Order: sequence, then C-alpha cells, then structure tokens
Amino acid sequence: MRIGTPKEIFEGETRVAMTPSSALELQKLGFECLIEKGAGDASRFSDQDYKDAGVKIVASAAALYKEADIVAKVRPPEDIEVKRLRKGQTLISFFYPAQNEKLMTAANKKGAHVIAMDMVPRISRAQKMDALSSMANIAGYRAVMEAGNNFGRFFTGQITAAGKVPPAKVLVVGAGVAGLAAIGAAQSLGAMVYAFDVRPEVAEQIESMGAEFVFLEFEEEQTDGAETGGYAAPSSPEFREKQLEKFRELAPDMDIVITTALIPGRDAPKLWLEDMVQAMKPGSVVVDLAAERGGNCDLTVMDEKVISDNGVTVIGYTDFPARMAAQSSTLYSTNIRHMMTDLTPEKDGQINHDMEDDVIRGATITHDGAITFPPPPPKIQAIAAKPKETAPELTPEEIRAQEVADFKAQTKQQVTLLAVGAALLLGVGLVAPASFMQHFIVFVLAVFVGFQVIWGVAHSLHTPLMAVTNAISSIIILGALMQIGSGSFLVILLAGLSVFMAGINIFGGFLVTRRMLAMFQKS
Amino acid sequence: MEYGFTTAAYVVAAVLFILSLGGLSGQESAKRAVWYGIVSMGLAVFATIIGPGSGLWFLSLVLIAAGGSIGYVVAQRVQMTEMPQLVAAMHSLVGLAAVFVGLNAHIELGRVLAMDDTAKKALEGFAALLAKKDGVEIAILRVELFLGIFIGAITFTGSVVAYGKLAGKVTSAAEKLPGGHMLNASAAAISVLCLIWYFNTGGFLPLFVMTLAALFIGYHLIMGIGGADMPVVVSMLNSYSGWAAAAIGFSLGNDLLIVVGALVGSSGAILSYIMCKAMNRSFVSVILGGFGETTGPAMEIEGEMVPTDANTVAAQLEDANSIIIVPGYGMAVAQAQQSVSELTRRLRAKGKTVRFGIHPVAGRLPGHMNVLLAEAKVPYDIVMEMDEINDDFPETDVVMIIGSNDIVNPAAQDDPNSPIAGMPVLEVWKAKSVIISKRGQGTGYSGIENPLFFKENSRMLYGDAKASLDQLLGQIS
Repeated sequence: MRIGTPKEIFEGETRVAMTPSSALELQKLGFECLIEKGAGDASRFSDQDYKDAGVKIVASAAALYKEADIVAKVRPPEDIEVKRLRKGQTLISFFYPAQNEKLMTAANKKGAHVIAMDMVPRISRAQKMDALSSMANIAGYRAVMEAGNNFGRFFTGQITAAGKVPPAKVLVVGAGVAGLAAIGAAQSLGAMVYAFDVRPEVAEQIESMGAEFVFLEFEEEQTDGAETGGYAAPSSPEFREKQLEKFRELAPDMDIVITTALIPGRDAPKLWLEDMVQAMKPGSVVVDLAAERGGNCDLTVMDEKVISDNGVTVIGYTDFPARMAAQSSTLYSTNIRHMMTDLTPEKDGQINHDMEDDVIRGATITHDGAITFPPPPPKIQAIAAKPKETAPELTPEEIRAQEVADFKAQTKQQVTLLAVGAALLLGVGLVAPASFMQHFIVFVLAVFVGFQVIWGVAHSLHTPLMAVTNAISSIIILGALMQIGSGSFLVILLAGLSVFMAGINIFGGFLVTRRMLAMFQKS
Repeated sequence: MEYGFTTAAYVVAAVLFILSLGGLSGQESAKRAVWYGIVSMGLAVFATIIGPGSGLWFLSLVLIAAGGSIGYVVAQRVQMTEMPQLVAAMHSLVGLAAVFVGLNAHIELGRVLAMDDTAKKALEGFAALLAKKDGVEIAILRVELFLGIFIGAITFTGSVVAYGKLAGKVTSAAEKLPGGHMLNASAAAISVLCLIWYFNTGGFLPLFVMTLAALFIGYHLIMGIGGADMPVVVSMLNSYSGWAAAAIGFSLGNDLLIVVGALVGSSGAILSYIMCKAMNRSFVSVILGGFGETTGPAMEIEGEMVPTDANTVAAQLEDANSIIIVPGYGMAVAQAQQSVSELTRRLRAKGKTVRFGIHPVAGRLPGHMNVLLAEAKVPYDIVMEMDEINDDFPETDVVMIIGSNDIVNPAAQDDPNSPIAGMPVLEVWKAKSVIISKRGQGTGYSGIENPLFFKENSRMLYGDAKASLDQLLGQIS
C-alpha cells in the first residue's frame, strides 16, 4: 500500500507528517512512501532528502490523494481536502472530532476511514503514538522560550559585580504534559518555579520536576484524574473561587505566568483574570497555551501578542509546535510511524484495521462508512496506578457472619486450651498435696502475667529487657539467703557463694540497663 | 520479724517486678521501670534477710556488698559492643547459683530426715520448713530441686559457651561432637533415669550424675548453634535461668521466687519466639543447632562485585535525598557506631532524610543495634524496624550497609534452595543504589554467598567499617 503526505495548507502550519527518517521506517513496514513536492520545505526537509530516502515526490496534492491509499497529515483536513478523499482511503491526522462534527460527517460520506491522532487513548501502550503529548511537550518548552524572549530579565538569580539580580518567579497553571515541560524548561534556566493543578495527585510529579506545588486548602472530594483519562475535570464554583483567591495572592510576585489549563471538550476555564494581570509588575509576561480554546487569561487574543495597560505582555499564540517545525515534525512523524506499526502487525504493507484493539478502536472515528465516534471506554483503564483498592465492602450481614465465625473459632480454641489446662491442673491436684497446689497456682498465674506483659515490649528495648530480666533472675538470691542461716558448713559455703554471685548480677544487671536506657534519646 | 510482713513485702515486690517488665514498652517509661526493678529487688532481699528462715545476715550483707561492687565495676567498664557477652556471663552466674541452692536443699533435706523428732523441733529456718514436710511433699520437693539443678546446670555451661562464642574465645561456627543429637538425647535419658533413681532413694549419687549430664547438655547444645543464632540462644538462656529460679522457688516454698522466676522464664521464652519468627525458623530447628541442610544447589550468581572508594561514596551521599543505613554486627565489631552517628548528624544537617533500618536479629543480641546507636547518640525516632521501613526502599536514593550480610540477602526471597530461604530480610536491593561497607569478599556469619553484592546497583566499599567511615567523614563536611 502507498502512504502519502501532502503539504499542509493551513495558514502558518510548518510541520509535516512524514520526515525522511520516518519514511525509511515506514518502508521497512512494507509501505511505499509518497510526498507532495515541497511539503517538507517549511520544516527544513528538502525534496532531495526525501528522494534520498526512497520517497516518491508527487507534483500536486490532488495527484497525491489519488495515488495514496493512506494519507498522513498534521492538521485536520480542510473542506477541499475532504473532497479529495475517496472510498476505502485511510486518513491519519489530528481531527478533534468533538468540535469538527461536520467535517467528520463529510469525511464519512466519502467512505474514508479516519484515524484521529488526538483520539489515541491515554494508556501506557499507546504513549509512543500519543501526538498530543509530544506536541504539548514542545509547546511547554516553547512557551518558556517565548516568555523569555519577551521578558527583560534573567531567569536565574545572580550576584555580579554590577549588582544583584533576583531570580525570575514562574507560575505554571495546569501541570499536564505541557505544564510539566514548561516547569522543566523554566527550572533548568534557573527560575523559581511554582505550579498549580486541580488534580492533587500531580503534586508529586510537580515536585519531582523541582517546582513547588501551590497547595490549595480545600475540603472536597477530588475526582481522581485517572478516571477522566488523565485530564482535569471541571471544578465546583466554590473551588474555583478559592483557586482565584490564591492566584490573586500570587499575582504581584510572579514575573512569568504560563497557563495550560484545559478541560476536554469545553472552552478553556478563565483562571487569570484581568485584575490579576493588573496586579502584576510591568514587564511581566503571561503565556496562554490555552488560547486556541478561548484562553485562560482574560486579555488573551488568539494568535496575538498584546501588551496590557500596565505593561504586561500577554501571549496568545497557538502555533508553538509549528514554531519549532523540525523538532515537531520529527516527533509527530514518529508518532504516525508507531501508529502504522500497530496497524500493520504483519509488516507486509497491508493495513489490518483491527477494531478490537483498544488503541486503534479509540483513535478511529469513521470506519467502513460508519461514524465510530465517540469510542467505548478502553478495556484497559490504567494510566496511573489507582490508589490501592480497599478490601471489597462487605455487607453488614457478611461482616456479622464473619465476626460470629471468628468468635466461634476463637472461643473453640480458647475453651480447648482451657479445658486441657484445667484437666492437667486437676490431674496434678489429685496427687499433689495442698501446699504444693498453692504454689502451683501462683506459678501458673505468674507465667500468664509474664506472657501478657512481654508482648508489649518495644523491639528496640529487647537488649535492656534482657539485662533487666537477667538482673531480676538473680532473685535466686532469696533461696541462698534462706539457706545460709541453717545447717552445715558446706551449706553455708555454697549459699554464700550463691549470694555473692547473685550480688554481682543484681548490681551489674540493673546498672547496665540504666546505662543503656540513659542513652536512648529523641532527636 | 513477722512472717506476715515478709509476705506483704513479697507481694509489693512482685507487683513492682511486673511493672518493671511492663514498663519496657517505651523508651521513656523504661527509665522508670528500671527503678521499679531496683526497688523491688531491694525490698525482696531486705524482707528475706529479716524474715523467717534466714540467718547470718551480716555475712549475707558483706557478700552482697562484695558481689555488688564487682557488678558495679563491670557495669561501668563494659563497652556497649560487649553487651552480649556480659549478659551471657551473668546468666551463667544465675545458673550456677541455682545449682548450688538446689544442692543445699538436698543436703539439708538429707540432714533433716536423719534427725529424730525432738531434734527436728529444735530446728529453725529453712531446715524447720523441711522438717514439717510429710512423705508426698518430700517426694515432690525432690523432683523440684532435681529440676532446679538440671535447668541451672544447663544454663551454666550453656551461658559459659555462649559467652565464649560471643567474646570470640570459642569458635562461633556450629560444632558438634561425633554423635550429634544422639549425645544430647542420651544425656537427657540418663537424667530421666537419675530422676527416677533419686526419687526412690534420695541419694547424692544420682543427683551428681544428673548434674554432670546436664552440664554436658548445656555445653554441647550451645556449641552446636552458630553465631548468627546467638540472639535466640541468649534469650533462651535467659528464659532457662528464670525457670531454674522458679523450680528452686518451689522446693523452698518461696512464692516470690516462683513468681519472678516464672516472669523471667516466660518473658525469655516469648523473646526467643519473636526472634525465631523474625528469622522464619522454628524454635526447635534453632535449638537443634546450625542452619538446616540445604535441599539443592544454590542459585548461580551472575555479575561481579564492583569496588568503590570513599570519594565516590561521598559524592553519592551528597547527591542523595533519602538515605537508609543498615547496620549489622560488623559495625559493632569495628566500633564504628560513633562514626556512623557523626555521618548521620552531618547528612541530616544538610537536610537529607537519614534513617536506620534494623533487622530484628541484627547483631548478637536482640535489640543490639538499637543500643549501640543509642550509645552513639543517634536519636531513636529515626531508627526504624524492618516492617516499618521495608516499603520505603524503592524511594530511597542510597542505602549504606555497614557490616551486615545475611539480613540483607535477597537469596532469602529468590532462592528456595538457600539455607535462609523464607527468612524476612530488609529489601535494600530495591533502592537506587546500595553501598556495602565490608572487610573483604568473604561470606557472612552463616557462610552463605550474598547475591546482593553482585547486583548492578551495588558497590563494595572494602575495609574496616570504622576506617572506611572515617575516610568518608573527611569528604563530607
């Protein structure tokens, strides 16, 4: 089969969906590669480079659509491109089907299979084809670069002969892939980075990038990000108020604010309001990565850089990845190539559009003349491991039944032990005289007390315990003391020796224990 | 003085003894608990001296004072690393004392039985107590003192051998005379025969033969147990000394002796049980000596030991955020606890999380490591038990192993043929990097190869633990 990439016709789009190196890989899968003349120019891949990689150059887009069985591109198709599609052809590109329903219906009418790169489910296996993430990564990095470009100071703090330079303070709102990339870039430039996200579980990721998590005290059951596919869910009005309050508090201190907050399928939430921009110092920069969906900042104008009355630059570009075309094209084409690898398990250049596969099913929006969007939830859910499941809730009856069973078993065990013990005692009692039994009761009780008491002793105190019990076991001195007064010389001698040895033990044991215990101290 | 007063004093003493043991549940309450113990011991001795049945109180006091001063000096001088030896040595004293007291009881019994009724009435003290006993009671008394001597004798030789092993005076490896357990069994059989013999005749000879047999059992039993099992042995001997005291208490009809003996006996037994559980071995297999026979060839170990040096380790520690130190007997041998403490202090001053992971059987005495670290002023709240810290290793940057081996051996989990298979171990290999301070390439106490040393994230820091650490301290300010 032939896979072709046309030149992007969207205004300002510089990326290309196939690079010479990805073409080489695609050919290994058994595909023939086509490219429209000059498609790679904007991202510095010349036609000659493609030719060298064995790619056939096609003169026009129309010809390419006619020749190719699979069309791979970056932007969603324009109307004219949809018209060129034919039955049985496969289109792979960003599509945003939720927003471009008309386009989707049109493509479906043409009978084309459409795989939307933005619909690749966020599961571990699909990460290699997750183009949204690879583009967001670039956007986050570029956002910091753009901010630096418009910011009149160093990022890093310095003390120089010419004076002290404070470090720039950067606030990143929304710690998705773009946000984390921005944190990393700003951090490595030496700025002090703060980051906020409504999903508390990303705090750890933020801190792992070296930024400080802006903690919001709010008592609310947060939805786990893992449930919404790793994206943020809309928050309650109370939470939003609390959040804005925190931002208002931070605004005067921040030199650079990078907002990346997006909620899937909705307009971007307004988080950086006009009064916050007013509160910022002149020369500060706001980079709004959500500009395409309306922007997180009140002042954002899509695709433009505006300067507020108080001298704050607000950047609303939407083409961050396109501004780094070579890098973006390389990553995007790799994502496409991975998608193709999954589509051709036999490596024979024939697509096997397996609708049972979670990833392929999720990304496919039209197939065989039917619209297959939205996809069913993927069979494998986990992106991040869920917090450990608590033991399955038992019904009260079950708990009750279990308790009763446990209690019965315990009682049975205890009663058996007691019965055996009592029988033994009675047996002894039958033969032994009363005077012995008195002592015996004392003995049994003491053993029992000993068992009860020792279980509670701390592990770290086992050595002192040994020393103390050692000292205490020299209670044998009582026996010697009782004997020393009576009888023959031999008895006195032996008893005396015993008293002497026990004396060593008593003093030695207790003193050593005291020495040991005195050493234990808290930090 | 009244007999009632002595009994009352005994009751108070017994309560205080119980509180004393119970108080050891926490570091702070333990300090109070020792005072309870001291007071109750003083009370018991005082009450006995002034109570019925004793005499020569002046001689007693002199002897106590003499023994006490020796005990005092020893306690002041002993190094914390020598604590296991000291405890073992003291146990032998209790054992010997029990044997003597038991023999005394026998001698007195013989003397009293030889007297006629009028002479009996004139008796006082312990002898008077004996004189009142009838036939059955005397028979029981014989069994009791027989048991007291038997346990006491085992405790005595056992403790002496344990002392020798711990002090390095006797080889620490498990050694058995030809015949092995058969010797122990026959010695025990002889003792049982002697018991029957003595029960019937009351002569000195069976007692004497039994004592010899018991002394042999104590010696041979402990000789057959390897150094790594010493914590169990020491606490087991501790338990024995308690039971000996209890048996003597029976024969003397002294309730306090019975109570305290039983307390000590049961506490030692439980301690041994806890240790055995920590090693995942049955009590019997520890007592019968050595490690069990291996059931198959040990797993092949791949990789090699990679040595490192103090500079590299210092840099690693500087870069690390969380560090766990796992000390073992090697730290005690090298007297390195002060250096470890200093290292901990400096690392903590740099804001790093430093904690200690203590295996229940690290060292030669239960809780040995805790005592050493406490001596070196390591705060006890950063010293963790195995169960508390085992889950934290994957998030740990550097684990420093100082002179421990078997307790960090992954073979316990990976190799079903390993002699220590199934023993819970500290899962240090899950940390990002592991530094092992060790004298040489040899195996540990149990003589088992440790695959940990061959793992990719392991580095060996050869040399005496103290010397290595001091070198390291030079690199870290």
